[in-house]
Amino acid sequence: MAHLSADNQQRAEAIVALYPERRSALVPLCHLAQAEEGHLTEEAMEDIATLCGISPAEVRGTASFYDMLHLEPVGKYVLAVCTNIACMLQGAYEVLEHAEATLGIRTGQTTPDGMFTIEEAECLAGCDQAVCVQVNHRFFGPVDEEGFDRLVDDLAAGRLEETVPPHGVLSRVSREVDLEAPAVGGEQV
Amino acid sequence: MADVTLAPPAEVTVVIDGREVKAQPGELIIDAAERAGIFIPRFCYHPRMKPVGMCRMCLVELSGPRGPSLQPACFVSVADGQEIATASPAARKAQEGVLEFLLLNHPLDCPVCDKGGECPLQDQAVSHGPAESRFIEEKRHFAKPIALGPLTLLDRERCIQCARCTRFAEEIAGEPLIDFFGRGDEIEVAIFPDREFTSYFSGNTVQICPVGALTSVPYRFRSRPWDLEQVETTCTYCAVGCRVALQSSAGRVVRMLGVDSEPVNQSWLCDRGRYGFESIHAPERLGEPMLRFEGGDLQPVAWHEALREVAAGLRQALSTAGPESIGVIGGARLANEDQYAWSKLARSVIGTDNVDAQLGDGLPAELVLSLPQATIDQACGAKVVVLLAGDLREELPVLHLRLRTAAAHHGLKIVDCSPVPTALAGLAAATVSSRPGEAAKLAAALVAPPGEVPEVEGVAPTAIESAREALLGVDPSQIVVVVGRASLAESAASASATAAIFATAWPGARFLVALRRANVRGALEMGLAPGMLPGRVPLEAGRSLLEAQWGHLPPSAGLDARGMLEAAAAGELKALVLLGADPLSDFPDRALATRALEAVPFLVAIDTHPSVSVLLADVVLPAAGFGERAGTTTNVEGRVTRLAQKAVPPGVARPDWVIASEIAERLGSNLGFDHLEGIWEEIERLAPAYRGATLGAVYGLAGMDGVVVPVEAVALGSPLSSRARRPIDPIATPGIHSVDEQGAPLAAGLSVIPGGDVAESEEVEEEAGEGLPPGEAQPATAGRPGMVELDSRRWPAPGAPVVDSYSLRLVARRRLYDYGTLVQMAPSLKGLAEAPGVRMRLAELEKLGVASGDEVRVRSPHAEIVLPAVADDDVPQGVALLAVSSGPADEPGASSLIDSGEAVATVRIDTLDGKGGADG
Repeated sequence: MAHLSADNQQRAEAIVALYPERRSALVPLCHLAQAEEGHLTEEAMEDIATLCGISPAEVRGTASFYDMLHLEPVGKYVLAVCTNIACMLQGAYEVLEHAEATLGIRTGQTTPDGMFTIEEAECLAGCDQAVCVQVNHRFFGPVDEEGFDRLVDDLAAGRLEETVPPHGVLSRVSREVDLEAPAVGGEQV
Repeated sequence: MADVTLAPPAEVTVVIDGREVKAQPGELIIDAAERAGIFIPRFCYHPRMKPVGMCRMCLVELSGPRGPSLQPACFVSVADGQEIATASPAARKAQEGVLEFLLLNHPLDCPVCDKGGECPLQDQAVSHGPAESRFIEEKRHFAKPIALGPLTLLDRERCIQCARCTRFAEEIAGEPLIDFFGRGDEIEVAIFPDREFTSYFSGNTVQICPVGALTSVPYRFRSRPWDLEQVETTCTYCAVGCRVALQSSAGRVVRMLGVDSEPVNQSWLCDRGRYGFESIHAPERLGEPMLRFEGGDLQPVAWHEALREVAAGLRQALSTAGPESIGVIGGARLANEDQYAWSKLARSVIGTDNVDAQLGDGLPAELVLSLPQATIDQACGAKVVVLLAGDLREELPVLHLRLRTAAAHHGLKIVDCSPVPTALAGLAAATVSSRPGEAAKLAAALVAPPGEVPEVEGVAPTAIESAREALLGVDPSQIVVVVGRASLAESAASASATAAIFATAWPGARFLVALRRANVRGALEMGLAPGMLPGRVPLEAGRSLLEAQWGHLPPSAGLDARGMLEAAAAGELKALVLLGADPLSDFPDRALATRALEAVPFLVAIDTHPSVSVLLADVVLPAAGFGERAGTTTNVEGRVTRLAQKAVPPGVARPDWVIASEIAERLGSNLGFDHLEGIWEEIERLAPAYRGATLGAVYGLAGMDGVVVPVEAVALGSPLSSRARRPIDPIATPGIHSVDEQGAPLAAGLSVIPGGDVAESEEVEEEAGEGLPPGEAQPATAGRPGMVELDSRRWPAPGAPVVDSYSLRLVARRRLYDYGTLVQMAPSLKGLAEAPGVRMRLAELEKLGVASGDEVRVRSPHAEIVLPAVADDDVPQGVALLAVSSGPADEPGASSLIDSGEAVATVRIDTLDGKGGADG
């Protein structure tokens, strides 16, 4: 539970300055705040409300609309398995059930060690690499049960630190406030 | 296609269900159809809010260049030649489909739902929905209800996501404390965690909820629509004069709903007004006359005993010290007719001019009644409103709402000159805080010609410049000054001088005098002010007009409230009548009020509730209160509207005019009144400002929105007459219509006029309506001899107050929820009064070395109180902000720090261990 860090407060003001209306910065600021702890804390939402000149209820209302913004704590890696038609035909549900079985949690839950959260995603536009799994806004695919186990092992062992940043910030947001561009790996959202 | 022309057509013609309908360009289909008498079902649409097209219930079939299509009628504007089918098979199927979807997850718990019987969803499911649902699955379940705030409960199962409540909070109230949370079938209305929906206007969301999702704590499970009766009346919890439907069940008032009165409240209410009715049935209500017996106790007695005692006490004072030794304080609670009766009693029977309805917290009657007056509509329609009053959100909430809406959505520029920025400052074109007690200097700088702008000590030149910029090039006739007592810790002279400066510099500018007490304007108009007779006539000018009619007038102008209290404290006043007044709580100099009430030999209190002042009286007479008596009231803009009765007064309480008549009789005189209409007729006949405000115009059914007096002083947008029955929108404000249909009709209370003839009075009213000049206003005094005229020289700017550099200037303001009697006797509002605290800049606190929330000692030369200090950087440098009446009435609060004789009160703030700090 925390407010925006001093660094991010500065970045947030730079983002607000990009728009003619303060409240237009709302969604980018949510991404920025989410990068700190993986989810939007109440304190961060209050900070964003002040920055945008709106009420905290409005920030929470907007943030709760978007799947990519989390209001509850999530694991270091959020594994989102697409289950729309192309991925489903390639065995997405099998992958998802395998994920639940191997990680010992249900979809929407986080492993007790705080490493992984599983989500079921709508179409990620990665149909050419079905089954597509999104990890912190980075795409992996095609993924089958074995591939999923490898992915989890690599993430757990830290072999993908370069590729998958923890709680990724959208590249557009980072570019606008001169954050170091995230390492390229998979496709950017 | 129509001819292409550059100018937009003045009117377009559309065909709705086969009928040609003329409509304004840009008008929404749903509105055009409604005017033509064609009802299109709807939920999210509300006539007082912007359309959102959210519920899809109003789908109609439109012909267009690409063939017929289904479009929401609340979101699409009319186009010339358009054909619209509201009930074609396709439209009908769409509407039924939408309703079936809306009902999928709706719990259908109508038998236990407050809305059952007045529910737009219920009604439209019958009129525009399918008879059966195909949904056989399990419905969603939520905990029900959850509290959004102290007054508002939410049942999420019933919600149909029309966004009326969230839109109201954002668009109208400007306090978006609630918003949708989630998406799709999981969407719900929610507050931010650990916060509350504490808006002063939260009750409006309950009123406009088209289902039973939002319910109010005071009304939940209290009644069913078919058990309710209602009358239309005027809320008298402040001076805005909102029109309301007062609803009762089994003789008890259970609910108030805002009526859509175009010139006043446009269907909105504040929560204090909406839920304040609870005080009507408070167990503490005074129902029996009481006498103080030997030994000091107040004991109930019969009316004749109490009245005999009052007469004896007044006679005693008359015989020993003459009529000047008797005073009457108060009267703002009363109806106009009551006030007139008391004005007549005091002057013609008792013979004293010591009458004052204001308790040192108002403005001089001569000034209030002689400033060119503005209506609320004129203020909202002006180019610039200069705000020099207390915080309107706290004092006159619905006026705040109207001005806020005008500023947020219709281009009104607000220049906030109050000593501490008000709740409108966020939307203001300029905020320039005058130093407490020195508003006149700021006014002089605002009206000065370019290049001659004086510097104003303590005010940043840039702030003055930005305010002047907002006023640049604006014709004075487009300026409305909202003037009131911005702080009770500064004398009225400051506000008076400021108003006079504006009135002199800006000929044609209008003034909305923001006095807060319910009918204080009526009280001044009726002569409950020293030296001022009914109808805005100064005592001397009125001598020839009124002496013959009344028989007797006092020889010279009397004392105001402060003068009376001082005379009482000095032993010169022998008898004092408190007419619904509580000087101990309300007079901004508690020490003086205490000395006065203790010293006066004979104290009579006529009131509805036992305030701390009432409990000191020798005789207590119980009065009928709001909802218990008929009559009229006058709002902040001078609009006279009718009060209606829906409950029986407790015990043997009586209307105040009856009490006045009884006292007159026991003093060997006769006021000549035996019914309210008789009083009004005399007012219309004898009070110049009321000439033309006939019984028919004011008392008749047509007078629902009231009459602004004097009738021709204000250019009215619409003729005086209006429809005999107000159109009630059953979907916009559900409860009023259903009760009208199922319970007693709304007009029932208005038609009960003893001795009155409604049909005849309507004719009279139409005559009055004719011949009104539609355009420019005339001087209020035209053709009305004797009326007070504005004399700016009477209101000189007070000298600069002497303030030492160790002190902070005190700004004392009202809060909406305070420790006053009415709020404290309403169980639902009681707990909302904020804990007292002194607010000042963080820097001042740091100088003292205390943290926000720590207790400090606030000292003036007269008293000291201990309060928590609160850091608030909206408070200007060198100022301490305190709320009056912000603590239990029997404990000294802000008013004990104030000496009403000073230009501005100053305080020193110390830590509890005595360490002084704030050296400015």
